[in-house]
Amino acid sequence: MNETPSDLKFLDSHEWIKVDDNTVIVGISDHAQNELGEVVFVELPAIGDEFISGDEAAVVESVKAASEVYTPISGEVIEVNDTLEENPELVNTSPYEEGWFFKLEVSDENLGSIDSLMTAEEYSSMLDGNS
Amino acid sequence: MNRTFLYESHLGLGSKFVNFSGWEMPIHYGSQINEHNCVRNSAGIFDVSHMNIFDFFGVEAKEFMRYVLTNDVNKIDDGSALYSVITNNEGGIIDDLIVYKFNNEKFRVVSNCSTFDDVNNFFESNIIKFDCKFIHNPSLGILAIQGPESKIALENILEIELSNYKSFSFTERNKLFISRTGYTGEDGFEVIGEPEELQNIWDLCISKSIPPIGLGARDTLRVEAGMNLNGTDMTIKNNPFESNLGWVVDFSDDKRDFIAKENLTEIKNTNKVKLVGVLLNEKGVLRSGQKIIKDDFEGEVTSGTFSPYMKKSIGLARIPMDMNRNANVLIRNKLLNVKILSIPFIRKGKIMI
Repeated sequence: MNETPSDLKFLDSHEWIKVDDNTVIVGISDHAQNELGEVVFVELPAIGDEFISGDEAAVVESVKAASEVYTPISGEVIEVNDTLEENPELVNTSPYEEGWFFKLEVSDENLGSIDSLMTAEEYSSMLDGNS
Repeated sequence: MNRTFLYESHLGLGSKFVNFSGWEMPIHYGSQINEHNCVRNSAGIFDVSHMNIFDFFGVEAKEFMRYVLTNDVNKIDDGSALYSVITNNEGGIIDDLIVYKFNNEKFRVVSNCSTFDDVNNFFESNIIKFDCKFIHNPSLGILAIQGPESKIALENILEIELSNYKSFSFTERNKLFISRTGYTGEDGFEVIGEPEELQNIWDLCISKSIPPIGLGARDTLRVEAGMNLNGTDMTIKNNPFESNLGWVVDFSDDKRDFIAKENLTEIKNTNKVKLVGVLLNEKGVLRSGQKIIKDDFEGEVTSGTFSPYMKKSIGLARIPMDMNRNANVLIRNKLLNVKILSIPFIRKGKIMI
Protein backbone atom coordinates (compact mmCIF):
# COMPACT_ATOMS: atom_id res chain seq x y z
CA MET A 1 0.00 0.00 0.00
CA ASN A 2 1.10 3.56 -0.72
CA GLU A 3 1.17 5.85 2.29
CA THR A 4 -1.24 8.74 2.08
CA PRO A 5 1.09 11.78 1.73
CA SER A 6 0.29 14.45 4.28
CA ASP A 7 0.85 17.41 1.92
CA LEU A 8 -2.08 16.44 -0.31
CA LYS A 9 -5.75 17.40 -0.13
CA PHE A 10 -8.54 15.00 -1.03
CA LEU A 11 -12.06 14.91 -2.43
CA ASP A 12 -14.71 12.43 -1.37
CA SER A 13 -14.69 11.25 -5.01
CA HIS A 14 -11.09 10.09 -4.35
CA GLU A 15 -9.08 12.63 -6.35
CA TRP A 16 -6.05 14.22 -4.68
CA ILE A 17 -4.52 17.61 -5.32
CA LYS A 18 -1.17 19.11 -4.54
CA VAL A 19 -0.77 22.88 -4.45
CA ASP A 20 2.46 24.59 -5.46
CA ASP A 21 1.88 28.36 -5.56
CA ASN A 22 -0.72 28.80 -8.30
CA THR A 23 -0.16 25.34 -9.83
CA VAL A 24 -2.39 22.49 -8.75
CA ILE A 25 -1.57 18.86 -9.60
CA VAL A 26 -4.46 16.38 -9.76
CA GLY A 27 -4.43 12.60 -9.44
CA ILE A 28 -6.45 9.76 -7.92
CA SER A 29 -5.88 8.21 -4.53
CA ASP A 30 -4.30 4.88 -3.71
CA HIS A 31 -7.69 3.70 -2.49
CA ALA A 32 -9.27 4.69 -5.82
CA GLN A 33 -6.68 2.87 -7.94
CA ASN A 34 -7.03 -0.19 -5.74
CA GLU A 35 -10.82 -0.21 -6.17
CA LEU A 36 -10.53 0.29 -9.93
CA GLY A 37 -8.03 -2.49 -10.47
CA GLU A 38 -5.42 -2.49 -13.20
CA VAL A 39 -5.58 0.70 -15.23
CA VAL A 40 -5.34 0.10 -18.99
CA PHE A 41 -6.24 3.50 -20.44
CA VAL A 42 -6.29 7.13 -19.37
CA GLU A 43 -7.99 9.91 -21.33
CA LEU A 44 -6.40 13.25 -20.43
CA PRO A 45 -7.63 16.79 -21.05
CA ALA A 46 -5.95 19.06 -23.62
CA ILE A 47 -3.54 21.79 -22.59
CA GLY A 48 -5.51 25.04 -22.53
CA ASP A 49 -8.79 23.41 -21.45
CA GLU A 50 -10.53 25.50 -18.85
CA PHE A 51 -12.49 23.79 -16.11
CA ILE A 52 -14.83 24.84 -13.39
CA SER A 53 -14.61 23.03 -10.07
CA GLY A 54 -16.57 19.74 -10.36
CA ASP A 55 -16.08 19.34 -14.13
CA GLU A 56 -15.17 15.95 -15.55
CA ALA A 57 -11.59 16.51 -16.68
CA ALA A 58 -10.21 13.03 -17.39
CA VAL A 59 -11.29 9.40 -17.62
CA VAL A 60 -9.47 6.42 -16.19
CA GLU A 61 -10.32 2.95 -17.46
CA SER A 62 -9.37 -0.28 -15.74
CA VAL A 63 -9.98 -3.77 -17.08
CA LYS A 64 -13.17 -3.64 -15.04
CA ALA A 65 -14.71 -0.23 -15.60
CA ALA A 66 -14.45 3.38 -16.71
CA SER A 67 -14.36 6.11 -14.10
CA GLU A 68 -14.42 9.91 -14.40
CA VAL A 69 -11.83 12.14 -12.80
CA TYR A 70 -13.29 15.44 -11.59
CA THR A 71 -11.33 18.61 -11.12
CA PRO A 72 -11.63 19.80 -7.54
CA ILE A 73 -10.86 23.40 -8.44
CA SER A 74 -11.40 25.86 -11.30
CA GLY A 75 -8.45 26.54 -13.57
CA GLU A 76 -6.69 26.09 -16.89
CA VAL A 77 -4.78 22.94 -17.88
CA ILE A 78 -1.10 23.78 -18.32
CA GLU A 79 0.42 20.31 -18.41
CA VAL A 80 -0.76 16.69 -18.73
CA ASN A 81 1.05 13.50 -17.79
CA ASP A 82 1.73 12.12 -21.30
CA THR A 83 3.59 9.11 -19.94
CA LEU A 84 0.22 7.67 -18.86
CA GLU A 85 -0.67 7.13 -22.52
CA GLU A 86 2.03 4.50 -22.84
CA ASN A 87 2.18 3.48 -19.18
CA PRO A 88 -1.30 3.77 -17.67
CA GLU A 89 -0.26 1.25 -14.98
CA LEU A 90 1.66 4.09 -13.26
CA VAL A 91 -1.72 5.10 -11.82
CA ASN A 92 -1.63 1.79 -9.92
CA THR A 93 2.03 1.61 -9.04
CA SER A 94 2.64 5.26 -8.14
CA PRO A 95 -0.70 7.03 -7.60
CA TYR A 96 0.82 9.98 -5.70
CA GLU A 97 3.98 10.50 -7.75
CA GLU A 98 4.40 9.26 -11.33
CA GLY A 99 0.69 8.55 -11.77
CA TRP A 100 -0.49 12.19 -11.63
CA PHE A 101 -3.02 13.23 -14.29
CA PHE A 102 -2.81 16.97 -15.06
CA LYS A 103 -1.70 20.34 -13.74
CA LEU A 104 -3.91 23.40 -13.52
CA GLU A 105 -3.02 27.05 -13.32
CA VAL A 106 -5.37 28.47 -10.68
CA SER A 107 -6.09 32.13 -9.89
CA ASP A 108 -5.49 33.43 -6.36
CA GLU A 109 -9.19 33.93 -5.95
CA ASN A 110 -10.00 30.30 -6.82
CA LEU A 111 -7.22 28.90 -4.65
CA GLY A 112 -9.29 29.77 -1.60
CA SER A 113 -11.70 26.91 -2.30
CA ILE A 114 -8.93 24.42 -1.44
CA ASP A 115 -9.56 24.98 2.25
CA SER A 116 -12.83 23.11 1.97
CA LEU A 117 -11.09 19.91 0.81
CA MET A 118 -10.15 17.06 3.14
CA THR A 119 -6.71 16.70 4.67
CA ALA A 120 -4.95 13.34 4.31
CA GLU A 121 -5.97 12.52 7.84
CA GLU A 122 -9.62 13.36 7.23
CA TYR A 123 -9.59 11.36 4.01
CA SER A 124 -8.09 8.33 5.76
CA SER A 125 -10.72 8.44 8.47
CA MET A 126 -13.46 8.74 5.83
CA LEU A 127 -12.12 5.55 4.24
CA ASP A 128 -11.96 3.81 7.61
CA GLY A 129 -15.56 4.80 8.22
CA ASN A 130 -16.57 3.19 4.95
CA SER A 131 -14.81 -0.08 5.51
CA MET B 1 -24.25 -13.68 1.06
CA ASN B 2 -23.40 -17.20 -0.11
CA ARG B 3 -19.81 -18.42 0.07
CA THR B 4 -18.22 -21.50 -1.43
CA PHE B 5 -16.30 -23.99 0.71
CA LEU B 6 -13.10 -22.38 -0.60
CA TYR B 7 -13.85 -18.94 0.86
CA GLU B 8 -11.16 -19.21 3.56
CA SER B 9 -8.63 -20.37 0.98
CA HIS B 10 -9.41 -17.39 -1.24
CA LEU B 11 -9.04 -15.08 1.73
CA GLY B 12 -5.64 -16.58 2.56
CA LEU B 13 -4.51 -16.08 -1.04
CA GLY B 14 -5.24 -12.36 -0.88
CA SER B 15 -8.43 -12.43 -2.93
CA LYS B 16 -10.46 -9.32 -3.54
CA PHE B 17 -14.12 -10.31 -3.54
CA VAL B 18 -17.14 -9.32 -5.60
CA ASN B 19 -20.84 -9.94 -5.10
CA PHE B 20 -21.76 -12.18 -8.01
CA SER B 21 -25.52 -12.85 -7.95
CA GLY B 22 -25.53 -13.17 -4.18
CA TRP B 23 -22.24 -15.09 -4.00
CA GLU B 24 -19.11 -13.60 -2.49
CA MET B 25 -16.60 -14.71 -5.12
CA PRO B 26 -12.95 -13.89 -5.86
CA ILE B 27 -12.63 -11.20 -8.55
CA HIS B 28 -8.82 -11.38 -8.53
CA TYR B 29 -5.92 -12.25 -6.23
CA GLY B 30 -3.79 -9.21 -7.04
CA SER B 31 -3.52 -8.93 -10.81
CA GLN B 32 -6.36 -9.82 -13.14
CA ILE B 33 -4.09 -9.30 -16.15
CA ASN B 34 -1.41 -11.69 -14.88
CA GLU B 35 -4.05 -14.27 -14.00
CA HIS B 36 -5.53 -13.98 -17.47
CA ASN B 37 -2.19 -14.46 -19.20
CA CYS B 38 -1.30 -17.40 -16.93
CA VAL B 39 -4.31 -19.27 -18.29
CA ARG B 40 -3.36 -18.42 -21.89
CA ASN B 41 0.31 -19.33 -21.39
CA SER B 42 0.39 -22.11 -18.78
CA ALA B 43 -2.46 -23.02 -16.40
CA GLY B 44 -4.60 -21.73 -13.57
CA ILE B 45 -7.36 -22.92 -11.26
CA PHE B 46 -10.81 -21.37 -10.75
CA ASP B 47 -13.42 -21.94 -8.07
CA VAL B 48 -16.75 -21.97 -9.92
CA SER B 49 -18.73 -23.73 -7.20
CA HIS B 50 -21.41 -21.03 -7.42
CA MET B 51 -22.67 -22.64 -10.63
CA ASN B 52 -25.62 -25.02 -10.51
CA ILE B 53 -25.51 -28.77 -10.96
CA PHE B 54 -28.69 -30.69 -11.79
CA ASP B 55 -28.85 -34.48 -12.13
CA PHE B 56 -31.59 -36.25 -14.11
CA PHE B 57 -32.57 -39.92 -13.76
CA GLY B 58 -35.28 -42.05 -15.31
CA VAL B 59 -36.20 -44.24 -18.25
CA GLU B 60 -37.26 -41.15 -20.20
CA ALA B 61 -34.32 -38.97 -19.23
CA LYS B 62 -33.05 -38.87 -22.80
CA GLU B 63 -36.51 -38.03 -24.17
CA PHE B 64 -36.77 -35.25 -21.61
CA MET B 65 -33.42 -33.79 -22.66
CA ARG B 66 -34.38 -34.02 -26.33
CA TYR B 67 -37.53 -32.04 -25.56
CA VAL B 68 -36.16 -29.29 -23.31
CA LEU B 69 -32.81 -28.51 -24.97
CA THR B 70 -32.49 -26.82 -28.37
CA ASN B 71 -29.47 -29.00 -29.09
CA ASP B 72 -30.01 -32.73 -29.58
CA VAL B 73 -28.38 -35.13 -27.10
CA ASN B 74 -28.97 -37.90 -29.66
CA LYS B 75 -25.77 -36.90 -31.38
CA ILE B 76 -23.52 -37.57 -28.39
CA ASP B 77 -22.26 -40.84 -26.93
CA ASP B 78 -22.30 -41.92 -23.32
CA GLY B 79 -19.45 -40.10 -21.57
CA SER B 80 -19.79 -36.99 -23.74
CA ALA B 81 -21.00 -33.46 -23.21
CA LEU B 82 -22.92 -30.97 -25.32
CA TYR B 83 -23.41 -27.20 -25.15
CA SER B 84 -27.01 -26.02 -25.47
CA VAL B 85 -29.49 -23.38 -24.46
CA ILE B 86 -32.96 -23.67 -22.99
CA THR B 87 -35.63 -21.25 -24.17
CA ASN B 88 -39.15 -20.19 -23.31
CA ASN B 89 -42.00 -20.99 -25.71
CA GLU B 90 -41.18 -17.93 -27.82
CA GLY B 91 -37.54 -19.00 -28.27
CA GLY B 92 -36.11 -16.45 -25.79
CA ILE B 93 -33.00 -17.73 -24.02
CA ILE B 94 -33.48 -18.71 -20.36
CA ASP B 95 -29.91 -19.93 -19.94
CA ASP B 96 -27.02 -21.67 -21.62
CA LEU B 97 -25.64 -24.86 -20.15
CA ILE B 98 -23.56 -27.96 -20.65
CA VAL B 99 -25.33 -31.32 -20.57
CA TYR B 100 -23.37 -34.49 -19.77
CA LYS B 101 -24.68 -37.88 -20.90
CA PHE B 102 -23.87 -40.85 -18.63
CA ASN B 103 -26.36 -43.07 -20.49
CA ASN B 104 -29.91 -42.83 -21.84
CA GLU B 105 -31.29 -42.79 -18.32
CA LYS B 106 -28.86 -40.45 -16.60
CA PHE B 107 -27.76 -36.91 -17.46
CA ARG B 108 -26.13 -34.01 -15.65
CA VAL B 109 -26.61 -30.32 -16.43
CA VAL B 110 -24.36 -27.46 -15.27
CA SER B 111 -25.95 -24.03 -15.64
CA ASN B 112 -25.30 -20.48 -14.49
CA CYS B 113 -25.45 -19.18 -10.95
CA SER B 114 -27.69 -16.17 -11.52
CA THR B 115 -30.48 -18.06 -13.29
CA PHE B 116 -31.16 -20.74 -10.67
CA ASP B 117 -34.86 -19.97 -10.11
CA ASP B 118 -35.72 -19.71 -13.78
CA VAL B 119 -33.84 -22.86 -14.72
CA ASN B 120 -35.18 -24.84 -11.79
CA ASN B 121 -38.77 -23.76 -12.58
CA PHE B 122 -38.23 -24.59 -16.23
CA PHE B 123 -37.14 -28.15 -15.47
CA GLU B 124 -39.84 -28.59 -12.82
CA SER B 125 -42.69 -27.53 -15.07
CA ASN B 126 -41.53 -29.54 -18.09
CA ILE B 127 -40.53 -32.77 -16.37
CA ILE B 128 -44.10 -33.69 -15.32
CA LYS B 129 -44.85 -35.24 -18.70
CA PHE B 130 -41.81 -37.55 -18.54
CA ASP B 131 -40.84 -40.61 -16.55
CA CYS B 132 -37.84 -38.78 -15.16
CA LYS B 133 -36.80 -37.04 -11.95
CA PHE B 134 -34.19 -34.43 -11.17
CA ILE B 135 -32.28 -33.11 -8.21
CA HIS B 136 -30.28 -29.95 -7.66
CA ASN B 137 -26.88 -30.66 -6.07
CA PRO B 138 -25.88 -27.56 -4.11
CA SER B 139 -23.44 -29.47 -1.90
CA LEU B 140 -21.13 -30.33 -4.81
CA GLY B 141 -18.39 -27.93 -5.84
CA ILE B 142 -16.77 -27.24 -9.21
CA LEU B 143 -13.15 -26.41 -9.97
CA ALA B 144 -11.92 -25.43 -13.42
CA ILE B 145 -8.29 -26.09 -14.30
CA GLN B 146 -7.62 -24.31 -17.57
CA GLY B 147 -4.70 -23.56 -19.85
CA PRO B 148 -2.29 -25.34 -22.21
CA GLU B 149 -0.56 -27.05 -19.25
CA SER B 150 -3.78 -28.02 -17.45
CA LYS B 151 -3.71 -31.63 -18.64
CA ILE B 152 -0.21 -32.33 -17.33
CA ALA B 153 -0.97 -30.48 -14.11
CA LEU B 154 -4.16 -32.40 -13.42
CA GLU B 155 -2.62 -35.75 -14.40
CA ASN B 156 0.13 -35.18 -11.85
CA ILE B 157 -2.22 -34.11 -9.11
CA LEU B 158 -4.81 -36.84 -9.59
CA GLU B 159 -2.28 -39.48 -10.70
CA ILE B 160 -4.42 -40.51 -13.65
CA GLU B 161 -3.99 -40.52 -17.42
CA LEU B 162 -6.28 -38.04 -19.22
CA SER B 163 -5.13 -38.43 -22.85
CA ASN B 164 -8.14 -40.57 -23.74
CA TYR B 165 -10.52 -37.82 -22.76
CA LYS B 166 -11.03 -35.53 -25.71
CA SER B 167 -12.69 -32.15 -25.64
CA PHE B 168 -16.29 -32.44 -24.37
CA SER B 169 -15.87 -35.88 -22.86
CA PHE B 170 -15.90 -36.82 -19.19
CA THR B 171 -15.10 -39.59 -16.75
CA GLU B 172 -15.71 -40.48 -13.10
CA ARG B 173 -12.75 -41.40 -10.89
CA ASN B 174 -12.55 -41.80 -7.13
CA LYS B 175 -15.69 -39.80 -6.38
CA LEU B 176 -14.66 -37.10 -8.86
CA PHE B 177 -16.44 -36.11 -12.05
CA ILE B 178 -13.84 -34.85 -14.55
CA SER B 179 -14.79 -33.25 -17.87
CA ARG B 180 -12.66 -31.69 -20.56
CA THR B 181 -14.68 -28.50 -20.77
CA GLY B 182 -14.25 -24.85 -19.84
CA TYR B 183 -14.98 -21.21 -20.51
CA THR B 184 -11.61 -19.85 -21.55
CA GLY B 185 -10.91 -20.95 -25.12
CA GLU B 186 -7.97 -23.03 -23.87
CA ASP B 187 -7.61 -26.72 -23.22
CA GLY B 188 -8.94 -27.42 -19.76
CA PHE B 189 -10.91 -29.49 -17.32
CA GLU B 190 -13.76 -29.03 -14.89
CA VAL B 191 -13.85 -31.20 -11.80
CA ILE B 192 -17.03 -31.74 -9.78
CA GLY B 193 -17.00 -33.34 -6.36
CA GLU B 194 -17.56 -33.09 -2.63
CA PRO B 195 -15.90 -30.12 -0.89
CA GLU B 196 -13.29 -32.26 0.96
CA GLU B 197 -12.03 -33.82 -2.28
CA LEU B 198 -11.95 -30.52 -4.12
CA GLN B 199 -10.25 -28.69 -1.26
CA ASN B 200 -7.48 -31.26 -1.55
CA ILE B 201 -7.12 -30.69 -5.32
CA TRP B 202 -7.18 -26.92 -4.81
CA ASP B 203 -4.45 -27.09 -2.16
CA LEU B 204 -2.29 -29.36 -4.33
CA CYS B 205 -2.62 -26.98 -7.28
CA ILE B 206 -1.62 -24.00 -5.15
CA SER B 207 1.32 -25.92 -3.67
CA LYS B 208 2.49 -26.76 -7.20
CA SER B 209 2.36 -23.08 -8.20
CA ILE B 210 -0.75 -23.36 -10.35
CA PRO B 211 -2.20 -19.95 -9.54
CA PRO B 212 -5.76 -19.20 -8.48
CA ILE B 213 -7.72 -17.23 -11.09
CA GLY B 214 -10.60 -14.90 -10.24
CA LEU B 215 -13.87 -14.15 -11.98
CA GLY B 216 -12.34 -11.00 -13.50
CA ALA B 217 -9.95 -13.01 -15.66
CA ARG B 218 -12.69 -15.58 -16.27
CA ASP B 219 -14.68 -12.80 -17.94
CA THR B 220 -11.85 -11.40 -20.08
CA LEU B 221 -10.85 -14.94 -21.11
CA ARG B 222 -14.37 -15.80 -22.25
CA VAL B 223 -14.71 -12.53 -24.21
CA GLU B 224 -11.45 -13.28 -26.05
CA ALA B 225 -12.80 -16.78 -26.68
CA GLY B 226 -16.01 -15.26 -28.09
CA MET B 227 -18.21 -17.02 -25.57
CA ASN B 228 -21.48 -15.47 -24.48
CA LEU B 229 -22.32 -14.53 -20.92
CA ASN B 230 -25.98 -15.08 -20.17
CA GLY B 231 -27.65 -11.94 -18.85
CA THR B 232 -25.11 -9.78 -20.69
CA ASP B 233 -24.76 -10.94 -24.29
CA MET B 234 -28.15 -12.61 -24.28
CA THR B 235 -31.29 -12.45 -22.16
CA ILE B 236 -34.81 -13.85 -22.31
CA LYS B 237 -35.45 -11.17 -24.98
CA ASN B 238 -32.89 -12.72 -27.35
CA ASN B 239 -33.20 -15.83 -29.46
CA PRO B 240 -30.26 -18.14 -30.25
CA PHE B 241 -29.97 -16.93 -33.86
CA GLU B 242 -29.27 -13.35 -32.86
CA SER B 243 -26.86 -14.60 -30.18
CA ASN B 244 -24.37 -16.42 -32.41
CA LEU B 245 -25.93 -19.68 -31.20
CA GLY B 246 -27.90 -20.86 -34.24
CA TRP B 247 -25.57 -23.86 -34.21
CA VAL B 248 -27.05 -25.10 -30.93
CA VAL B 249 -30.57 -25.29 -32.37
CA ASP B 250 -30.64 -28.71 -33.98
CA PHE B 251 -33.45 -29.26 -36.50
CA SER B 252 -31.81 -32.27 -38.16
CA ASP B 253 -34.24 -34.88 -36.78
CA ASP B 254 -37.64 -33.94 -38.25
CA LYS B 255 -39.38 -36.17 -35.76
CA ARG B 256 -37.94 -34.52 -32.67
CA ASP B 257 -40.29 -32.09 -30.95
CA PHE B 258 -38.66 -29.54 -28.67
CA ILE B 259 -39.69 -26.39 -26.86
CA ALA B 260 -40.25 -23.44 -29.22
CA LYS B 261 -39.41 -25.58 -32.27
CA GLU B 262 -42.00 -23.86 -34.46
CA ASN B 263 -41.06 -20.36 -33.35
CA LEU B 264 -37.35 -21.05 -33.71
CA THR B 265 -37.91 -22.35 -37.26
CA GLU B 266 -39.65 -19.10 -38.11
CA ILE B 267 -37.00 -16.98 -36.36
CA LYS B 268 -34.22 -18.78 -38.21
CA ASN B 269 -35.66 -17.58 -41.52
CA THR B 270 -36.53 -14.04 -40.51
CA ASN B 271 -33.74 -13.07 -38.10
CA LYS B 272 -32.12 -9.76 -39.04
CA VAL B 273 -29.55 -9.21 -36.31
CA LYS B 274 -26.36 -10.96 -35.32
CA LEU B 275 -23.86 -11.13 -32.47
CA VAL B 276 -20.30 -10.46 -33.67
CA GLY B 277 -16.87 -9.56 -32.40
CA VAL B 278 -15.73 -5.93 -32.43
CA LEU B 279 -12.18 -4.64 -32.18
CA LEU B 280 -11.45 -1.01 -31.33
CA ASN B 281 -8.79 0.37 -33.66
CA GLU B 282 -8.19 3.43 -31.52
CA LYS B 283 -7.36 4.17 -27.90
CA GLY B 284 -10.15 3.56 -25.46
CA VAL B 285 -12.14 0.69 -24.03
CA LEU B 286 -15.35 -0.84 -25.35
CA ARG B 287 -18.06 -1.28 -22.71
CA SER B 288 -21.48 -2.87 -22.80
CA GLY B 289 -24.22 -0.45 -23.81
CA GLN B 290 -22.12 1.64 -26.21
CA LYS B 291 -23.80 2.26 -29.56
CA ILE B 292 -22.38 0.84 -32.79
CA ILE B 293 -23.27 3.09 -35.71
CA LYS B 294 -22.95 2.80 -39.47
CA ASP B 295 -24.93 4.93 -41.92
CA ASP B 296 -28.50 4.86 -40.64
CA PHE B 297 -28.10 1.61 -38.74
CA GLU B 298 -27.41 1.01 -35.09
CA GLY B 299 -26.28 -1.83 -32.90
CA GLU B 300 -24.95 -2.15 -29.38
CA VAL B 301 -21.91 -3.49 -27.56
CA THR B 302 -23.05 -6.31 -25.24
CA SER B 303 -19.66 -7.10 -23.64
CA GLY B 304 -16.62 -4.88 -23.86
CA THR B 305 -13.24 -5.04 -22.21
CA PHE B 306 -9.53 -4.59 -22.60
CA SER B 307 -8.00 -7.80 -23.92
CA PRO B 308 -4.97 -8.59 -21.77
CA TYR B 309 -3.62 -11.01 -24.38
CA MET B 310 -4.10 -8.81 -27.48
CA LYS B 311 -3.53 -5.56 -25.55
CA LYS B 312 -6.41 -3.94 -27.40
CA SER B 313 -10.01 -3.35 -26.57
CA ILE B 314 -12.41 -6.00 -27.86
CA GLY B 315 -16.05 -6.81 -27.35
CA LEU B 316 -19.16 -8.58 -28.51
CA ALA B 317 -21.89 -6.55 -30.20
CA ARG B 318 -25.39 -7.16 -31.49
CA ILE B 319 -25.74 -5.42 -34.87
CA PRO B 320 -27.92 -5.57 -38.00
CA MET B 321 -27.19 -8.56 -40.25
CA ASP B 322 -26.05 -6.32 -43.12
CA MET B 323 -23.50 -4.40 -41.09
CA ASN B 324 -20.05 -5.69 -42.03
CA ARG B 325 -16.32 -4.91 -41.95
CA ASN B 326 -16.21 -1.52 -40.21
CA ALA B 327 -18.44 0.71 -38.15
CA ASN B 328 -18.17 3.38 -35.49
CA VAL B 329 -18.66 3.10 -31.78
CA LEU B 330 -19.89 6.03 -29.72
CA ILE B 331 -17.70 6.48 -26.63
CA ARG B 332 -18.26 9.61 -24.52
CA ASN B 333 -19.72 11.55 -27.45
CA LYS B 334 -16.88 10.60 -29.80
CA LEU B 335 -17.16 8.26 -32.78
CA LEU B 336 -14.27 5.79 -32.95
CA ASN B 337 -13.62 3.17 -35.61
CA VAL B 338 -14.29 -0.50 -34.86
CA LYS B 339 -13.61 -3.57 -36.97
CA ILE B 340 -16.42 -6.12 -37.19
CA LEU B 341 -15.09 -9.65 -36.89
CA SER B 342 -16.25 -13.19 -36.59
CA ILE B 343 -15.52 -14.71 -33.18
CA PRO B 344 -13.52 -16.18 -31.43
CA PHE B 345 -10.69 -13.67 -31.16
CA ILE B 346 -8.43 -16.30 -29.58
CA ARG B 347 -8.40 -20.09 -29.54
CA LYS B 348 -5.75 -22.11 -27.75
CA GLY B 349 -3.35 -19.21 -27.40
CA LYS B 350 -3.62 -18.25 -31.05
CA ILE B 351 -4.98 -14.87 -32.16
CA MET B 352 -7.54 -15.71 -34.87
CA ILE B 353 -8.11 -12.29 -36.42
